[in-house]
Amino acid sequence: MSDKEQKPLPGRRALLSGGAAALGLLVAPGIRLIEVAGASTTASPKVRWGLLVDTTRCTPECKACVNACNAENHLSGATAPTDSQWLRKVELKDKRTGRTASVPVMCQHCAKPACVDVCPTGASFKRADGIVLVDRHACIGCRYCMMACPYKARSFVHAEVHDQNPEVPRGKGCVEGCNLCVHRVDKGQLPTCVEACPNQAMLFGDLNDPNSALSQRLRTIATTQVRADLGLDTGVRYHGI
Amino acid sequence: MSLAAIARTLLLAAGLAGLAGFASADSRVPKPTIQADPANGTCVAPAAEMRRNHMDMLKHQRDKTLREGERGAKVSLNGCISCHAGKQSGSVVGSRQEFCESCHAYAAVKLDCFECHQPKAGAQVAKTAGGER
Repeated sequence: MSDKEQKPLPGRRALLSGGAAALGLLVAPGIRLIEVAGASTTASPKVRWGLLVDTTRCTPECKACVNACNAENHLSGATAPTDSQWLRKVELKDKRTGRTASVPVMCQHCAKPACVDVCPTGASFKRADGIVLVDRHACIGCRYCMMACPYKARSFVHAEVHDQNPEVPRGKGCVEGCNLCVHRVDKGQLPTCVEACPNQAMLFGDLNDPNSALSQRLRTIATTQVRADLGLDTGVRYHGI
Repeated sequence: MSLAAIARTLLLAAGLAGLAGFASADSRVPKPTIQADPANGTCVAPAAEMRRNHMDMLKHQRDKTLREGERGAKVSLNGCISCHAGKQSGSVVGSRQEFCESCHAYAAVKLDCFECHQPKAGAQVAKTAGGER
């Protein structure tokens, strides 16, 4: 920041004699070599955010989570191949028994994400707290991650976007997907799908904290990872499928 | 010198004078419009520093925010927009009158932040689905 500053640096004597020199290396008025960190939060590697979806509480006709996701992230809600879908409801049916289950599917926030492995620019990345994101500044829209993802969780933005949520930038030519409402989670709020569910079928929490409500529930009920055979260690777990 | 030659010389002189007048006029390249809401207090850094370094500050912070999840930092694009959005439009781009666009047009520097980022201040964006076209 200070290397392009137009003002000449004060001399050594001025710097040493200045009482402010002791207070964080003041180079010029308002310019500090070491910026005092503001009241900010950062993603902690001690945390791993996860979700538990209880499909026994999820009804096929309810689309509350999908609608909430579309409203929060200003998605159109259209489901054509060229439209973005971050969260969708998938109906599963056991052909032999006829049992059905309605399953919300989104980015599974894998511990070993295939999308991150294949990304040629490093745009697809996993945050310290386990949330898998796309850095649109680096995304070149090659769509390799869309091919790699076994959950079809990523979408490509085909058209210009105009009415973005100020906290959720979106634009043409980039791949995107569920970000676990990272802007809300960083503020201490729940992902919008979890908050919107009328049947409390979704539980959000820290997988690394054995005392979190999520971990306690995972200890007591049988849960599965979708395509656990791939060994991706998903952050989203399902009950009742 | 014939009458026609005199006329030609006069015409040429008038033309040159006109050209010189046009070049020296300030209106040829309009100066940037600086819009800021003084109710929000002062900027995060002095104007001279912001003019020179705002792109580096924003680029540095975008990686911190996106990749490390740093929130509530001093520098933020939404912070810029909340103070500098135009009073009528509520936006920092869209016409030569708006804060970001006026200066970038003056400096002939392409501005592509707002191909993804929302150029309007938070309260002025309708919270409805259907943003994609």
